[in-house]
Amino acid sequence: MANYSTNEFKAGLKIMQDGEPCNILENEVVKPGKGQAFNRVRIRKLISGKVVEKTFKSGDSVEGADVIDMDLAYLYNDGEFWHFMNNETFEQLAADAKAVGDMTKWLVEQDVCTLTLWNGNPIAVTPPNFVELEIVETDPGLKGDTAGTGGKPATLSTGAVVRVPLFVQTGEVVKVDTRSGEYVSRVQK
Amino acid sequence: MQLSDNWRPSATLATLKQRAALFRAVRDFFSQRDVLEVDTPLLSRFGVTDLHLGNLTTELQAFPKLPFFLQTSPEYAMKRLVAAHQTSIYQLGKVFRDDLVGRHHNPEFTMLEWYRVGFTMTQLIDEVIALLQLTLGSLPVTQLSYQQAFLQALQLDPLTATVAEIKANLSQHSHVAELSAREDDRDTLLQLAMSVIIEPSFCPKSITVINDFPASQAALAQLCRHDSRVAKRFEVYVGGIELANGYQELTDASQQQQRFEHDNVLRQQHQKPERMADFRLIAALESGFPECAGVALGFDRLLMLQSKKDDIAQVLPFAISCA
Repeated sequence: MANYSTNEFKAGLKIMQDGEPCNILENEVVKPGKGQAFNRVRIRKLISGKVVEKTFKSGDSVEGADVIDMDLAYLYNDGEFWHFMNNETFEQLAADAKAVGDMTKWLVEQDVCTLTLWNGNPIAVTPPNFVELEIVETDPGLKGDTAGTGGKPATLSTGAVVRVPLFVQTGEVVKVDTRSGEYVSRVQK
Repeated sequence: MQLSDNWRPSATLATLKQRAALFRAVRDFFSQRDVLEVDTPLLSRFGVTDLHLGNLTTELQAFPKLPFFLQTSPEYAMKRLVAAHQTSIYQLGKVFRDDLVGRHHNPEFTMLEWYRVGFTMTQLIDEVIALLQLTLGSLPVTQLSYQQAFLQALQLDPLTATVAEIKANLSQHSHVAELSAREDDRDTLLQLAMSVIIEPSFCPKSITVINDFPASQAALAQLCRHDSRVAKRFEVYVGGIELANGYQELTDASQQQQRFEHDNVLRQQHQKPERMADFRLIAALESGFPECAGVALGFDRLLMLQSKKDDIAQVLPFAISCA
């Protein structure tokens, strides 16, 4: 993988740090009128998810990370791996529990997810921003209640638990924002 | 053909009006103090020897094979005027630095630089503060020596600590720990601490003046007579933003020559092109340069502070991205 000079640093660039692929979130140049320039960067470690701040001397170079994002459709979980397929080439990829993490609760068959690959291996799975899932269990609510009150917990078919308005019942399908884990609306079947 | 929508200015009309008003305020300030406005060449036969400053170079048809340099500051030419006329002068104009682009950096920017014949560093610092309070309001002022600033922020004495002690101190700060572990140059470590730890800790709505920089970072300042470890160099900040850098000017031609040569040794070590020392400046110093103090202040940053903008692009008619 190529090296990158600090001059090429920008948000979104993938570099290796501490043996881990990282994504640059923010890059700021600090250059005194007299003296050495520095790059202050905030990076997210793509495996541990940690966000750290580092400083480089401007002009230094760092190893790039071979990280790409691919859009793949979720197929199934065989108990050990989560299988995805490229809808154009029909090529399949399997992600392990470490890569999927707690995103497993948002995986819906046929939904197109973004898989982050490092050296060809999945290290992270990002579900679509919105998914539709059926409620398998929730307390019966009172009729006539409207959204906006505290709501109640509902367990979805994938095991995810979200707060829904009191009028939403078991068996209904709801739309959920996977970034916040919040209920958006009911979905007409 | 697709037309670019990138033609629009990066500053609003309101900001351009504020920019024009600030130009006027600065000129009034110096006119009232009887300081002469000058406009020295931006295109010169000489570049700057400073290791960390990048000149843009160009060629002229009239002088084939001779490189010409866009000035990073009007310092050398202004000092030749001071030597010739022994009078206080200021310049408000563009300079060019082949630097990175950032929230506080545009490769072409406006510099306000002035030289006060007969002034001490202390008198010039007072004048800088007067200009800042005129344009930014009456901000409180903190003045610290470089040594005091390090002692306060890091409990580290920058004048006596060994390189190992500086590294050990910086290793306690996670965001600079790795860089300080692999860096062994004393001034680079001190500049790292200054730029990344100390400056961001300055009180946000106040003026901070740092004076008496280490002799190794003297640039074109005189060394202190009573303590040769430090130079009569100062920097002025508003919040954590570096605004101005000034000196009790070095008047000794042979010392100036030695500093140029030392700069070029550093340039060689860092695989950077050597820059011919400006022999016209040396000759001007030899002819009898008066005791004086000089300072350079980033005009666009002053406007950023005045108009409360956080990106230099917002105070420039066209930032480099749309120049």
